[in-house]
Amino acid sequence: MKKLSARRRHPLAAVVVLLLALAATGGLYAAFAPAGKAQADDTSQSLAISEGKKLFSVGCASCHGMGGQGSSDGPSLVGVGSAAVDFQVGTGRMPAQQPGAQVPKKKVIYSQGQIDQLAAYVASLGAGPIAPTSKQYSDQGADTAAGGDLFRTNCAQCHNFTGEGGALTHGKFAPSLEGASPKHIYEAMQTGPQSMPNFPDTTMPEKQKQNIIAYIKTVNGDNSASEGGLKLGGLGPVSEGLFGWIFGLGALIAVAIWVAAHTAKAKKS
Amino acid sequence: MSSQENSEENLPSEQDPAHGAVEPADDPFADPGLPAHKPRIQDIDERAAKRSERVVAFLFTLSMLATIGFIASYVIFPVDKIIFVFPFGHVSALNFSLGLTLGVALFTIGAGAVHWARTLMSDVEMPAERHPIEAPAEVKAQVLADFAAGAAESGFGRRKLIRTTMFGAMAMVPLAGVMLLRDLGPLPEKKLRKTLWARGKVLINMNTNQPLRPEDVSVGSLTFAMPQGLQESDEDFQTQIAKAALMIVRIQPENIKDKKEREWAHDGIVAFSKICTHVGCPISLYEQQTHHVLCPCHQSTFDLSDGARVIFGPAGHPLPQLRIGVNGEGNLEALGDFAEPVGPAFWERG
Repeated sequence: MKKLSARRRHPLAAVVVLLLALAATGGLYAAFAPAGKAQADDTSQSLAISEGKKLFSVGCASCHGMGGQGSSDGPSLVGVGSAAVDFQVGTGRMPAQQPGAQVPKKKVIYSQGQIDQLAAYVASLGAGPIAPTSKQYSDQGADTAAGGDLFRTNCAQCHNFTGEGGALTHGKFAPSLEGASPKHIYEAMQTGPQSMPNFPDTTMPEKQKQNIIAYIKTVNGDNSASEGGLKLGGLGPVSEGLFGWIFGLGALIAVAIWVAAHTAKAKKS
Repeated sequence: MSSQENSEENLPSEQDPAHGAVEPADDPFADPGLPAHKPRIQDIDERAAKRSERVVAFLFTLSMLATIGFIASYVIFPVDKIIFVFPFGHVSALNFSLGLTLGVALFTIGAGAVHWARTLMSDVEMPAERHPIEAPAEVKAQVLADFAAGAAESGFGRRKLIRTTMFGAMAMVPLAGVMLLRDLGPLPEKKLRKTLWARGKVLINMNTNQPLRPEDVSVGSLTFAMPQGLQESDEDFQTQIAKAALMIVRIQPENIKDKKEREWAHDGIVAFSKICTHVGCPISLYEQQTHHVLCPCHQSTFDLSDGARVIFGPAGHPLPQLRIGVNGEGNLEALGDFAEPVGPAFWERG
C-alpha cells in the first residue's frame, strides 16, 4: 500500500486511474444495460427501418412528431413515401433550417446510407411514391425535343423555359434546376415538394419524365452552350433590362463624360 | 514632364484681346465675360500634336483591322462551332467573334473621332450673340393689314352660302378617317364567348393525348387538358387552345370553400380556364399547398379553393370554371361550355 501511494505522483498515474475508471463504467454498463437483441426480425430491410427510426427520432421528430404523424410545426409524413424523403433530405432541404415561406436547398448533412434508412422508416408509415431506380431516371435514349415540349407545357411557367427558376407568391420561389441531379428531378415530379404540384405516372408516364430530364440536362447542364455568351441568368427581360440600365447606360454616361470633359489645357503658371 | 516645361516658352505672351476678360468695374455683378482662352498642349507643342495624330490614326487603323477580322470570322467559323471563353462559358464562336470585332470596329471610329476633335480641331471659344426672334413692328402691321384686305376681298363676311357650305365640307371630311376605322372589324360576333368545350366532350391529357380518368388525378397534382377532337396539327389549333386550355387540379372536397365550385367539380377534381382574365396570359403557377395560382405576367393571384377568386393583382374576374363529370366509360367529360367568356374583359362582356 505504501508502495502504491509512493507512486501516486508518477506522470502516468492519471492515465492508469482513467483506464480503471473506464473499465469500471464499461463493466457496469455491460452488467446492467438492457439486452440489445430484443428485436426478433433482423432482415436488412427491418434493420434499415429501425436504424431510420432512430435517426428520425433525433433529427425529424421535433417537427414531424415521434411517429411521423405531424405536428403544428411540420406536416404528417404518413404516405409521403421514400421518394419524398430521398428528395427532401438528399437535397438538404430537410431538416429545415428555419420555418418560413420556403425551405431552401442547402448542405446535405446525412450520408446516402442514412437517407436510405430514413426513407425506409418513413415508407413503412404508409404507402407512397418509391424512390426511383437509376434505370427509371436515366435519360439514355430519351427524346429531348419531346421533353422540351413537355417542359414548356408543364414546368416552364414556374421554372422558366430553361429551368432557371422564378418567383412565386409571398416570398416563395421556384428554384433553379441548375445542378439538380436527374434522380432529384424525377423525385420532385413524383412527389411535388413544397409548393410544386406533383406529376404522377398516371398523368405523366415514366418515359415522359425521362424526356424532361434529358431536356433539362441539354439546356441547363454544365456543358450546355450559350450562343451569345452573356445569358444573364436566362431570366428574360428583367435581368436584361437591369444589365442594360446599369452597364449599358453606365458605359454611355462614362463616354459622355469623357467627351464633354474639359480638355487638358496647358497652364502658364 | 520636360516637354511641358519646354512648351511654356511657346505659350503666347499676350492674350488675344478679343477673348480677354472684361475689366472688373465698380459693379460687382457686372458680366465678367469669357475666361481667357487657354491653349492645349497640342496647340503649342507640335510633338504633342503629332502624338495625338498618331493616336487617332492608330484607332482608325484598329477599326480597319477589326472590320477585316469581322469578315474573316464570318468566313472562318462554322455556325455551330461552340468554344469555351472564360467568363462567358460555352459560346458560339461565330457570334462571339462577330460581336467582338464589329464592336471594336465601331467603337474605335468613335473614339478616334472624339480624340481628334478634342485634341487637334480648334477649341477656340466662339460667342454668338442672340437676338429676339420677334418680327419688327412695321412687318407685323403690314401682315395684319394684308390679312384684313384679303378677308375683305374674299367677301367671306358677305357670301353666307359659301361660308356655310365650306364649314359643312370641312366638318364632314374627318368622317372619311372615321370610316377607315371600320377596317378594324368585323366584330368578333360570339367567338369570344364560345370555346370548343361542349356537353360530352372528353378531357384529353395534353401530355399523353389520352382521356383523363378521375383516378389519374391525385391530390396536389397539376394536369393540362384540351377538348377531345382537337389536334396539334389542326390549322386553327392555336386559336382554339388559346380559349379552351384547361388546368385540372384535385382538392379535398372539404377544403373547397366555394359551394358552386364544389358542385361543378367531380369528387374534388376542378377544371379552370388557364387563361388569365387580365390580359390573357396562360397562367399555371399553381402552388399545391395554398391552392393559389398566379399569372407570370402581372402577378394576378387566384384562389383555386375559393372559386378562383382574385386575391391579388390587376385581374378583374375570377377564372371561369368548367363543369365536369364522368361519362359511361369512366373518363372525365365536360358538362357544357364555360358559363362566361374566358380571358380578358371586353366592352360587351357585361
